[in-house]
Amino acid sequence: MTNHYIDFRNADVILNMGSNVAENHPVSFKWIEAAREKGAIFIHVDPRFTRTSTKADIYVRLRSGTDIAFLGGMIKYILDNNLYDEFYVKNYTNASFIVNPKFGFDDGLFSGYDPTKRSYDKSSWALEKDENGIPKRDMTLQDERCVFQLLKKHYSRYTPEKVTAITGTPQEDLEKVYKVYGSTGKPDKAGTELYAMGWTQHTVGTQNIRTMAMIQLLLGNMGIAGGGVNALRGESNVQGSTDQALLFHIIPAYLPTPRAKLATLADYNKTTPATKDPRSANWWQNRPKYIVSLLKSMYGDKATKDNDFGYSWLPKLDDTQNCSWLVLFDEMYKGSFTGFFAWGMNPACSGANAGKTRQALTKLDWMVNVNVFDSETGSFWKGPGMDPKKIKTEVFQLPCAAFLEKEGSVSNSGRWMQWRWKCANPPGDARPDGDIIYDLFKKVRALYAKEKGAFPDPILNLKWDYETKGHFDIHKIAKELNGYDLTTGKLVANFTKLKDDGTTSCGNWLYSGSYTEDGNMAARRKKVDPTGLGLYPEWSWCWPVNRRIIYNRASVDLEGNPRNPKRALLKWDAEAKKWAGDVPDGGWPPMGTDGFYPFIMKPDGVGSIFGPGLADGPFPEHYEPLECPIEKNPMSSQRINPVIKIFEGGPDVFLTCDPRYPFVCSTYRVTEHWQTGVLTRWLPWLIEAEPQIFCEISNELAKMRGIENGDWVLVETPRGKVEAVAMVTHRLKPFVITGQTIHQIGLPYHYGWLYPKDGGDTANLLTPTIGDPNTMIPESKAFMANVTKIKAKKA
Amino acid sequence: MADKSFFIDTTKCTACRGCQVACKQWNMNPATKTVQRGNHQNPEDLSYVTYKLVRFSEFETNGKPVWYFFADQCRHCTYPPCKMTAESLGSKAITTDEATGAVLFNPKIKVKADDFKAIRQSCPWDIPRWDEKTQGMAKCTMCIDRIKEGLLPACVKTCPTGAMNFGDRDKMLDMAKKRLKEVKAKYPKAELLNADFVRTIFLVIDEPKKYHKFAGVDISGPSIIATVKNLIQPASSPAG
Repeated sequence: MTNHYIDFRNADVILNMGSNVAENHPVSFKWIEAAREKGAIFIHVDPRFTRTSTKADIYVRLRSGTDIAFLGGMIKYILDNNLYDEFYVKNYTNASFIVNPKFGFDDGLFSGYDPTKRSYDKSSWALEKDENGIPKRDMTLQDERCVFQLLKKHYSRYTPEKVTAITGTPQEDLEKVYKVYGSTGKPDKAGTELYAMGWTQHTVGTQNIRTMAMIQLLLGNMGIAGGGVNALRGESNVQGSTDQALLFHIIPAYLPTPRAKLATLADYNKTTPATKDPRSANWWQNRPKYIVSLLKSMYGDKATKDNDFGYSWLPKLDDTQNCSWLVLFDEMYKGSFTGFFAWGMNPACSGANAGKTRQALTKLDWMVNVNVFDSETGSFWKGPGMDPKKIKTEVFQLPCAAFLEKEGSVSNSGRWMQWRWKCANPPGDARPDGDIIYDLFKKVRALYAKEKGAFPDPILNLKWDYETKGHFDIHKIAKELNGYDLTTGKLVANFTKLKDDGTTSCGNWLYSGSYTEDGNMAARRKKVDPTGLGLYPEWSWCWPVNRRIIYNRASVDLEGNPRNPKRALLKWDAEAKKWAGDVPDGGWPPMGTDGFYPFIMKPDGVGSIFGPGLADGPFPEHYEPLECPIEKNPMSSQRINPVIKIFEGGPDVFLTCDPRYPFVCSTYRVTEHWQTGVLTRWLPWLIEAEPQIFCEISNELAKMRGIENGDWVLVETPRGKVEAVAMVTHRLKPFVITGQTIHQIGLPYHYGWLYPKDGGDTANLLTPTIGDPNTMIPESKAFMANVTKIKAKKA
Repeated sequence: MADKSFFIDTTKCTACRGCQVACKQWNMNPATKTVQRGNHQNPEDLSYVTYKLVRFSEFETNGKPVWYFFADQCRHCTYPPCKMTAESLGSKAITTDEATGAVLFNPKIKVKADDFKAIRQSCPWDIPRWDEKTQGMAKCTMCIDRIKEGLLPACVKTCPTGAMNFGDRDKMLDMAKKRLKEVKAKYPKAELLNADFVRTIFLVIDEPKKYHKFAGVDISGPSIIATVKNLIQPASSPAG
């Protein structure tokens, strides 16, 4: 999140699109109610009418997988009706920047497309620079090659007629949403967007979110109280795990994973973002300090200037290697691995195309399953269709402590690192994850010391001294993340103190400042609120440097005065020469006519309405999901995203516009269960409330298929079948898409064959192995399925 | 301790069912075996081990879906008909806590099947439940064991949205009336259900029957209600 859950209360308009906030983030609904009590308008846009929709002032439906069309129409509406924030757009975004003359867009493809590689050469998307290397701009926004004019041209195609034909949303509903949301383009109005997996789990997932980021920039809603683009995280600590880099393409705190071609630290540092514009702070220019401090944190005294601080010991990805979830399980399926740790996860139910995942597990020699309860992963070898006698995989089950049984921190969606204390001992042999990892590595290292191995250096040289009296000490890890001044042995105050000469260490530069000589900042619990905006600066700790709303220098004018005095996030005190309010995004004086631009993490210092960095284009474009109900994309000849990676063969079967699979299907969650239900299915009160898998079906579709409410139905895709109880409801309705009637169905993925026995199996047996080209997150929200009645008996 | 009341603002309820689960947890009530019946409401009804139940009601108005949630529980009547019925049958299973007004069932006191039937029928909100095995009755306790210690009832404590509220009766009535005024501007049919003679005051925005068959009592109506009216507005004030 750019903002925080509490900050919803500062919004005038709340758009919930791409998530189901009341059901899947129930506690946060408190802040939506707080905003509504002050007169805020709450909009919910979703294919299904959910518990969230019941509380919406405006509810509008759209076909799953058509968000870019919907939002593209909103961009057109904002531009056509001059609803954008002109000051903000000119000063704080790249709207005025001039784009390379070779840039073009034709019939769904941007310039530079190579159909054989299914990828773009992005060189023609570059922004033009002058002779000093400073981006060229036209502050009148009239130049036909400026971002603003290109934006206008691109989205002029998203007419209400086209958008309605694609989304199935009636034109009057589109206009209602566009008008209300567009009203937040004034400096004294704030609009916020809340999204989750409803936007990410598509082959255009990243671009869904970018479209909204562009709208927020046009309306001046970034960096302000009550604004932002806010990802509602689906797990309590998924923000923390991302920050610690539990993804293949990054190492801690969003440093890029080194690639094989970057053989030395100097090579790696050459890729540091650079700018020649003296007005761009370009904070990432500090990256060499962060990588050296990270290496010092990892290898301690063994990391010296002479050995590149141990850079050669860091694992490298091959130059084009993709190690995302879908690729890993594809490789596992092909037999590329011998072993696998399934740690706190249940891929046999959570991964797309779960049937393939389950088969992949049979190809392993061994698997370690670490969890609180057994799961369909731990017991995959005795699951449906498996013959234990024929499975070679040796499975080790390690019980671990639940969250109340260990101490540590959790980073919530709003980037708050909150310390939690242990309140009970784990039962039996269960141990906290940290203890398991700590001791496991000691054993691995002892083996390497004894038996050597191909490349023992990274193992033998790792600094692994996070224990007190022989036991793993979570406080030592927390301090390591904060970092030390190695010359004094003291904890550093924050990341501005980090150096690239090996005199500092830091396990995660974004967390630097969280555990200082003043103590554990994450453990703070003071309820002071000096701004009155609910920032609570002394409750827990927020990265970066306790800044509660990022990009907050965009909330003030050029002189540092709040653009919305009613909700002043920052204010420059000219006399004292300092900022009051939130921790500013850089403490320099206001931007004025020669100061720093507000978006300090961007090389150009401004928000990117034109975003030349993504795999699939600088402007989001509507493409149909891989499996979709219409033969032709009304926007262009490109039916699907032209750069998605297609998995072929074996269990990877896709069928589009096939009469055998005529219905758009989504998977989702309900309030009462969590993820694959590994924890919640074993909790009797929750399984009492949501006992079995169901499939939501409209009255119209039920009538067509002779299905009655409560009947058992079979939901099928080319990849798998799931039995479910039909939930026939008014809350789903057929769409009219390009003149055809299209039905939408959906089912939750919380269940599994292991327990309860009559609960049903996972909906991920249906979903395809296909991902967003930027993130590789699977397209679980829009695929094609069939539904038929299997028995008339009531459940 | 002053007379207490709940105020349940259905306009803020998202049916997360935190209240339903918190109630089971605090009272250590077991889960019952349920099945998916094409509806999220589960368990299907209140029971000897389910004191709090979020009821889901779905229908269509002008081609648009309407979905109401009703976090049902004992109303803790100011003049509880169940208690009067029990007393008339010679049972001491139902008492009223004088300090708070909580209407309490003693599950250890056995009640005959027929007597229970009469007690249940006397409740206009269909709350009392009985267990064949123990022959005892049970329902919402107002979390009397919590509130005597200065804690909120478990359901109120867990509610994230402000739908469930609890406190001194006069304060709850003020809160309910203030909220009704706000809500009426948008929903003219909004009303407080039987606020004058219950300690669990629901705010609804539509006809009560659209939420649940026993959501509200039309005290001007005939049938069983007339009887209840006599019971709840007796000629002589009952003890307590």
